[in-house]
Amino acid sequence: MHPSIVWARDLTSLDEPQSTNHLLHFIYLPLARILSTVNLNWLKIYYFTYGNIEREEKHDLPSYRGKRNNNKDLGLKMGEALKYNHRHGARISAGGFLFVGLFLVSYAFAAHPNIQLSDTCPPSFGLSEDNRCSLRHMYQLYDSLQDSGIGGLKTALPKARDGFTPQQIDLGRLLFFDPILSADNSLSCATCHNPAQGFGDGMGRSIGIKGQVQMRSAPTLWNSAFLSSFFWDARAQSLEEQALGPLFSANEMGNTPEQLMASLKSATAYRGLFEQAFPDVATAMSVDHIITALTAFQSSLVSLNSRYDQYAHGYHKALSKNEIAGLNVFRSFVARCSQCHTPPLFTNQQIAVIGTPEPEGLPRDVGAQQTFNSAVLRGGFKVPTLRNIAQTAPYMHSGRFQTLREAAEFYTGGRGHAVPEDEELLLHWHISEPNLTSDEIDRLVDFMKTLSDQSLIPATPEQLPSGLPFKHMENMHEKS
Amino acid sequence: MKNLNTLAIGLAVITFAAGWYLGGSNDALTITSSSGGKSYSGGYEAEQSTASKGSGAVKLRTTEGTTHIINPGDSIQAAVELAVPGDTIQVMPGTYSETVYIDKDDIHLRGVIVEGERATLDGLKTLNDAILFSGNNIIIENFKIIDYKGNGIMSQAGNNFEIRNNLIIDTGIYGIFPQLGKNGLIEHNVVSGIADAAIYVGMSDNIHVAYNEVFDSVAGIEIENSRHAIVENNHTHHNTGGILAFITPGLPVKDTYDVIIRNNFIMDNNTPNFGAPGSTVAGIPAGTGILIMAADDVVVEGNIISNHKTAGILITDHGNADDLTLDPESDPNADGAMILDNVMLNNGYDTIDAVRAFALTELHTGDIDIFQIGPTEGSCINNRHRYKTVGVSDFTDCDFTNTDDIDNYLLAGGAEPRVILPSERGEIAYLGVCTGCHAYAGRLIGPSVQEIQALYANRPEALVDYINSPIPMRADYPEMPAQNYLGAETQLAVANYILQVGN
Repeated sequence: MHPSIVWARDLTSLDEPQSTNHLLHFIYLPLARILSTVNLNWLKIYYFTYGNIEREEKHDLPSYRGKRNNNKDLGLKMGEALKYNHRHGARISAGGFLFVGLFLVSYAFAAHPNIQLSDTCPPSFGLSEDNRCSLRHMYQLYDSLQDSGIGGLKTALPKARDGFTPQQIDLGRLLFFDPILSADNSLSCATCHNPAQGFGDGMGRSIGIKGQVQMRSAPTLWNSAFLSSFFWDARAQSLEEQALGPLFSANEMGNTPEQLMASLKSATAYRGLFEQAFPDVATAMSVDHIITALTAFQSSLVSLNSRYDQYAHGYHKALSKNEIAGLNVFRSFVARCSQCHTPPLFTNQQIAVIGTPEPEGLPRDVGAQQTFNSAVLRGGFKVPTLRNIAQTAPYMHSGRFQTLREAAEFYTGGRGHAVPEDEELLLHWHISEPNLTSDEIDRLVDFMKTLSDQSLIPATPEQLPSGLPFKHMENMHEKS
Repeated sequence: MKNLNTLAIGLAVITFAAGWYLGGSNDALTITSSSGGKSYSGGYEAEQSTASKGSGAVKLRTTEGTTHIINPGDSIQAAVELAVPGDTIQVMPGTYSETVYIDKDDIHLRGVIVEGERATLDGLKTLNDAILFSGNNIIIENFKIIDYKGNGIMSQAGNNFEIRNNLIIDTGIYGIFPQLGKNGLIEHNVVSGIADAAIYVGMSDNIHVAYNEVFDSVAGIEIENSRHAIVENNHTHHNTGGILAFITPGLPVKDTYDVIIRNNFIMDNNTPNFGAPGSTVAGIPAGTGILIMAADDVVVEGNIISNHKTAGILITDHGNADDLTLDPESDPNADGAMILDNVMLNNGYDTIDAVRAFALTELHTGDIDIFQIGPTEGSCINNRHRYKTVGVSDFTDCDFTNTDDIDNYLLAGGAEPRVILPSERGEIAYLGVCTGCHAYAGRLIGPSVQEIQALYANRPEALVDYINSPIPMRADYPEMPAQNYLGAETQLAVANYILQVGN
């Protein structure tokens, strides 16, 4: 029998239910189809979690969420939410309640799923004789200077993390979506790194356990396999080291190694899954293996087939005239974007002090100063990739800018224009006075939007081994 | 009869003028290549090689493609878009205001100079860059480039390039700026009025900078985070600093080493620093002949270095430079400086306080030809008694006197692109592109690979045709996007691959 959890990215794979667990789809599927014909993006999120993918590149985010982020005061946000509901009233409420009901029903069916992990690699990976997935992508046709993985159009990428087994990647996917990883089952990795939101959460500052507001935004996970340092302040040097951070941070997922192991052991479905992913070892279930599986999954999140990439490989019709004009502004030495957001990854992976303002009322985030214990790096952050950047508003480390245009405009505001008088920052040498025109800013935005490619978005599991409900739908952050 | 003659001459003049106006006189121009070709054998009876040396960085063409002739009023970029690798674009004298970008390989972009009149790219102080290129084997020559805001000529990750005989005036931040490329020749350019470096080689390998005149800029010639570079026979004068070899911390390529600075005329570089605040060159003290900062294995030989108020040669580590970021991955010290014989006249006569103060610790007062500060290992100097020096007491005598055995660091025949076997190319494209929609067995988004194999067995060309312009075949499947961006070679490779792949 085909594994019940697959990399399928089309609803039709669910057309023929293969077990009682799929009974749900007899009810769910027709409903989802009906809903998908109604223009309610809000509901498509639910639709999405059942394995369907928006085939369009631009996943329109609902206006509701945007307004919510615009407001600093939580009370105001809720007010806006209510207003929205009021305006769009009945349909949403009816759909929403029906869904919550269906959700509960589904867990009755899904109590102890007998899950077989995938034995095939995700797309873009080839399976080797020894059951390892190795990444293949078009940039492997090229070289880069000093193997730096940076350059221009036809330039090699940095070496990626790969070589995990299909089972490890698939186990990582289940863990990624499972709130059992947090101390009170209120958050999964996907809560802040939601695939439907560019593996971010649409918030300037993410919300951790018990509603604790974080200092910074959740970085995208797309192409993290190519990175050599992690977190905004570059304090981790591997995906494994990174994964330990939020898991055991008191204000993120709030867990401890002991409690994590205890809760995973109590979710009996996991024992077999770890044995599939880590065969031939005495203790399959361990913190180390959780971390390995999460790393394996993250290494599969590859986005390298955008329209920009088609242009880079030599098909110049892939971009419009305006978008090419934007590329030329992007790489010109007036705007200098490509000096730090260097192709093909659109980050040079260095620390840069650019002096963006914090959200109003917040103190200066010292950033990499703390990591490197160096005052010259005060306010410095790792240059983020711009791939799928259109999906991850708001922008900068704490989400000060709501739109790509605002973010781009910052750079033409003048060197240090947003740095308070009493603040000492050693600004990056590329922060200059480019005096870009309004048209040029528009073209930059046009160009950045060509970096979107979510074709290899992984499927959300149909149900979680823990039996817990998903915690990554929009606005499902716990608020205490 | 006399009248007829006059008429005939008159007609000829008109015909010529009309032809000139219409660009028809181009055929009359005999343009010989200024690089490669046969060499003068001289009057002296010595052993001569008859073969063309082809000393350039761009691969010699075996066949010439089309020559596109551009006249004033035409768009150079339009010709670039039409051109295919192997083509030459020949730009006639006149003024062109545009940004030319070349994202293709093997294009030669040549200005034509007629009686001193050049093809002039005029940025009108509104355009950002004159020429950008990312392709390999690009030649840019004979242009006049004025009044751009960003760069005169910039390359990003282009390998094997020649930038030659261009006149570049006030084009913003850099005059000539190759970056992240390998194997390039920059020669016979005249560059002036640049707010950062007239010629800036950034994060590159195997670069040759020769016979250029650079002046009235902040930095004359700058070799930054690069390796295997030779800067020779240039005239650099009236800049803030003449020739620089250094490491900027915080860049993704971390080192500079193996640089030869030889036989240059480096004179009167005392222009007040007008670099942008925060830029690395903004820290160069006016009156610096050669600056070596944190770069390793830099040879300085045979230069005439005269009239610099701060120092003739200034060698420093990162620790003694201001306003640099922290980069634990960059070695901050300038090791292996090698000062061979140079002619040094009248340097360090009005130096900066920091230099003067350090000189005093060595009880040195007065002029300074060579100034070194910070930890250094493996550095050497010949005939040190000739110069007024500070900080070189740890330098040994060099165990060689010249660099004559090294002509240049260019790669004979050019930097080769990565060699990809067709099977490898097919696998990369199959996994990197096709598997996004096609699983081996069973439907993903499109039909399974097995179905495709059954349909197209032994017909890879038909499969190529299909992926180039797919037509809907199955009512209940989404339409396949055309894969025409892959290029013919990759398309055939992937078609062959997909028809035999086993799982």
